[in-house]
Amino acid sequence: MTEAPLLEASGLSLRFGAVPALDDVSLAIWPGEVVAIVGESGSGKTTLLRVLSGLLRPDAGQVTYRDPEGAALPVHDMGEAALRRLMRTDWGFVHQNPRDGLRMGVSAGGNVGERLMAVGARHYGSIRAEALAWLERVEIDPARIDDLPRTFSGGMQQRLQIARTLVTRPRLVFMDEPTGGLDVSVQARLLDLIRALVADLGLAVLLVTHDIAAARLLAHRLLVMRHGQVVEQGLTDRVLDDPQHEYTQLLVASVLAA
Amino acid sequence: MTSTAGYNFAYLDENTKRMIRRALLKAVAIPGHQVPFGSREMPLPYGWGTGGIQVTASIIGPNDTLKVIDQGADDTTNAVSIRRFFARVAGVATTERTREASIIQTRHRIPETPLREGQILVYQVPMPEPLFRLEPRVTETKRMHALADYGLMHVKLYEDIARHGHIAISYNYPVMVNGRYLMAPSPIPAFDNPKMDRMPALQLFGAGREKRIYAVPPYTPVRSLDFEDHPFVPIRADAACALCGSRESYLDEVVTDDRGGRIFVCSDTDYCRERQAARRRDAAE
Amino acid sequence: MNWAIRTEGLAKSFTLHLQGGARIPVLQGVELAVAPGECVALSGPSGAGKSTLMRCLYGNYGAGAGRILLQHHGVEIDLAKADPRLVREVRHETLGYVSQFLRVIPRVPTLDIVAEPLVARGMAREVARERAAALLARLNLPAPLHALPPATFSGGEQQRVNLARGFAPGYPVLLLDEPTASLDAGNRAVVISLIEEAKAAGAAIIGIFHDAEVRDRVADRLFELHPLQGAA
Repeated sequence: MTEAPLLEASGLSLRFGAVPALDDVSLAIWPGEVVAIVGESGSGKTTLLRVLSGLLRPDAGQVTYRDPEGAALPVHDMGEAALRRLMRTDWGFVHQNPRDGLRMGVSAGGNVGERLMAVGARHYGSIRAEALAWLERVEIDPARIDDLPRTFSGGMQQRLQIARTLVTRPRLVFMDEPTGGLDVSVQARLLDLIRALVADLGLAVLLVTHDIAAARLLAHRLLVMRHGQVVEQGLTDRVLDDPQHEYTQLLVASVLAA
Repeated sequence: MTSTAGYNFAYLDENTKRMIRRALLKAVAIPGHQVPFGSREMPLPYGWGTGGIQVTASIIGPNDTLKVIDQGADDTTNAVSIRRFFARVAGVATTERTREASIIQTRHRIPETPLREGQILVYQVPMPEPLFRLEPRVTETKRMHALADYGLMHVKLYEDIARHGHIAISYNYPVMVNGRYLMAPSPIPAFDNPKMDRMPALQLFGAGREKRIYAVPPYTPVRSLDFEDHPFVPIRADAACALCGSRESYLDEVVTDDRGGRIFVCSDTDYCRERQAARRRDAAE
Repeated sequence: MNWAIRTEGLAKSFTLHLQGGARIPVLQGVELAVAPGECVALSGPSGAGKSTLMRCLYGNYGAGAGRILLQHHGVEIDLAKADPRLVREVRHETLGYVSQFLRVIPRVPTLDIVAEPLVARGMAREVARERAAALLARLNLPAPLHALPPATFSGGEQQRVNLARGFAPGYPVLLLDEPTASLDAGNRAVVISLIEEAKAAGAAIIGIFHDAEVRDRVADRLFELHPLQGAA
């Protein structure tokens, strides 16, 4: 319990005009932990993810990241160069739409290898071997390493995005609705893949989703957001099986069972 | 020779020359970094060397000797026109001999004869941005240069090897200057790239249409991008020059008849002529 | 230590906001202590709160009031006030729970479902799988099923997977919710011996047994729960 959190945020507030997108939000995430932020449209969950990952500056509050050496870095004041380097190495971001996280005109192998090349990998053979290994890991046929992502299905594109993100072994991965827009069977496969990778690699994941079942499957802890506020948080099974807040009870009651 | 009346020395007004020299100083201070400049209307269209001409006009003095080449040749239309232009507006001495020139303006080649300290090589550049084809947004490429974020260029090289088995760039081959900036060397053949590395002469680059100037000071490391297991190899036609016999210089392929006949000749006319003269002397002895 | 797990004044009520804030008290002033090697059977009619108590002990339900004390790595901790990370650690190392229903994760083979808690405690995957296979065999789940995800198994088969998963790690404290509900006589006997072995190894066990025969065989005493009077 004396381990320091990987990412810590306190007092985050952000307004878009008159709309409070974030209202005094605080959270922390520890290494190897999966934290899901659930809520409906307009709850502020995506805004929160963007603020935590440095893409959006809050009106108030701070976000601190602890690097592998233990130094506490202010995410919004570290400078663009440092943040971009972080995004390429220690951090990963999986977008809801894989097209936002992939280079559609670059082959699958090139997409996976890019982060390696960006941090100095200069041996073509090793880069390609690593790309092949990752394609297999995310269950994409290695024979498709030279194919363009536009020839892939949505689920394959999403898995390619995940491979591209994980190739530099980040410690913290932000995921924005990673299964949104995919067929149910494809979602199940993707969730299972994410679950296995998280366990194998000891990743910390901040996952934004409106899919409560996905949150139950993947997350250790859950934050429930509504109108920019965190209305309830705690152990996933506790929040879902014994919801205390009125809104959480409504959310849980609304989930359709198969 | 006197300069034509009605024009300032070397055509440009002194304030413009001062502005361009300031840009050149900045460029020399940050090797490989693109410096914007106020490109002027010149008496020839964009795409014909206006950037190179503005650089030359800003640095040339009455005691300079100017050589102008186009694809290595002194006698093509463009080379002749530009040389005559400076003869008219600056009254400077001109030459076809690389060794005798103090300023060499070039379109798309580096002379075969090694350059010395004190010489200046001025390149004509159509597109100064090495990442142009890969990332069309200028806001993005500016950021990439600022943050030395060049992964995209290596991805392109990776793609070439994956698709063709080798890096498929034969001219304007991207280089890293002083270990910091990615630079477009202008459409010189990849074969010429090694000449840029630690060249004793000053190298200046002018892009008139794109309004950018950049520079490589003398003795600066310039490295062509490659992979450890696919190292950069300068490529030339596997032949000897039909006129001088050189097996080292970059060759142009010349079609001689309509039955497929062809010969290879040196692209650098001065170099070839010098070698031919040497051979005649040797033969005479 | 004469107790492995005990509660002090444990209370739990549910407030149903969707039903106009109706408050339903279920547990009040529960004082339960279980010693290592002891098996306590929760008894009482339906609605008395047996499952609720079990879920509170596991941290699945939040305690309304009171303490839930546990010996974890030699230190006494209060699960009711523990932060989520501590609860997770307790569930990995000290506290096991065999629920009535198996939560099925798509695509994960039965063997790995059973082996997972062992791997989480640091055991090598292959050793964990061997231990899992042995336990599944003991529970008469045939080897061909080990490589299949249990989604299509019968209720009894799923329950046996759950049991294997719960008994494999050898938790010091084990919660069993209707462990023999869908089993035939042969498998009930296996469960009885599993419980007896766990007790012999020093585990404290709390169980809900509707099967009187099983309860009489394994329980050292009963803990009675009575339904509290209706909503406030």
